[in-house]
Amino acid sequence: MDHHSILRVVSKLLIPPIIVYALYVQWHGDYGPGGGFQAGVIFAVAFILYGLVFGVEAMTDVLPTSFIRVAMSLGVLIYAGTGLYALLAGYNFLDYEAIGHGGHHAQEWGILIVELGVGITVASVMIGIFVAFASRTPKLKDEDW
Amino acid sequence: MMTGISLAAVINVLLFTFLVMTAIAIVRVRHLFAVAMLSGVFSLLSAGLFVALDAVDVAFTEAAVGAGISTVLMLGTMALTVTREKSTKRSPVLPIFVCLVTGAALVYSTLDMPAFGTAQAPIHEHVAPDYIARTPEEIGVPNIVTGILASYRGYDTLGETTVIFTAAVAVVLLLGSFSRKKQKRTGKE
Repeated sequence: MDHHSILRVVSKLLIPPIIVYALYVQWHGDYGPGGGFQAGVIFAVAFILYGLVFGVEAMTDVLPTSFIRVAMSLGVLIYAGTGLYALLAGYNFLDYEAIGHGGHHAQEWGILIVELGVGITVASVMIGIFVAFASRTPKLKDEDW
Repeated sequence: MMTGISLAAVINVLLFTFLVMTAIAIVRVRHLFAVAMLSGVFSLLSAGLFVALDAVDVAFTEAAVGAGISTVLMLGTMALTVTREKSTKRSPVLPIFVCLVTGAALVYSTLDMPAFGTAQAPIHEHVAPDYIARTPEEIGVPNIVTGILASYRGYDTLGETTVIFTAAVAVVLLLGSFSRKKQKRTGKE
């Protein structure tokens, strides 16, 4: 898509706000609509948009596939690790009471941490699935659109 | 004359009309690129309906996943296969009959459902009031949906995250992805 200058310029303009919005949704999930899942998808969309317009290889240069693979498992590990931490601290699995000073403070932090885990896994899974499909694809000709 | 009709009702009727039109278009159109785009439109319209029903979290997910990621993945799949749907020679009578009977059964079953939005519906009398009463005291986050998903139902959300992870593992195993760099280096496809 080398000659689609409008697409290239507009998507370059759009990608930073998309990422900022994803981070907003991630960290404000306990105040407004959204949370880790939605934030992860929006975050992935920024990279998928980049991959669609500039090619998958340009995207995997920014975000290597080995990193995506690690991040996929890292999110689940963060989530399950929070549960294990509570277990080791003498509470039930995933009982956030174990974190910090307990009470609302602990719930707030517990939710932020597990939502971060969800966000990391969802974002990297979505990007990973996109890469899996797109890197098998013969390059789309303009007539195909 | 318009006093009897609320704005919400007009919006709902409009959204449902567009939804039905999109569905008919999806059935009629044979060009799969258009179908993928139309299913994105369908998801966006459903997201609008969820907003009208005050389910913003669900609407958010539907807009991001249904209209965003799914469309991209369908386009990706399409690029791996063909872009036109084959026309079938089989008679459409039996499928139409099955659809009509199922649809009629579903419409018939709605007659037994509690009136739309009533507070006496079973769903509002089971655990929901409990969660609404306890979340501000026990969890202390303003968004009750997040409180339920990440704290009360932390197990379920951990399961969901694992399901997403498993899906990615399956796709990577099936498509043998992430090997493009290697192929490029050896110069073989």
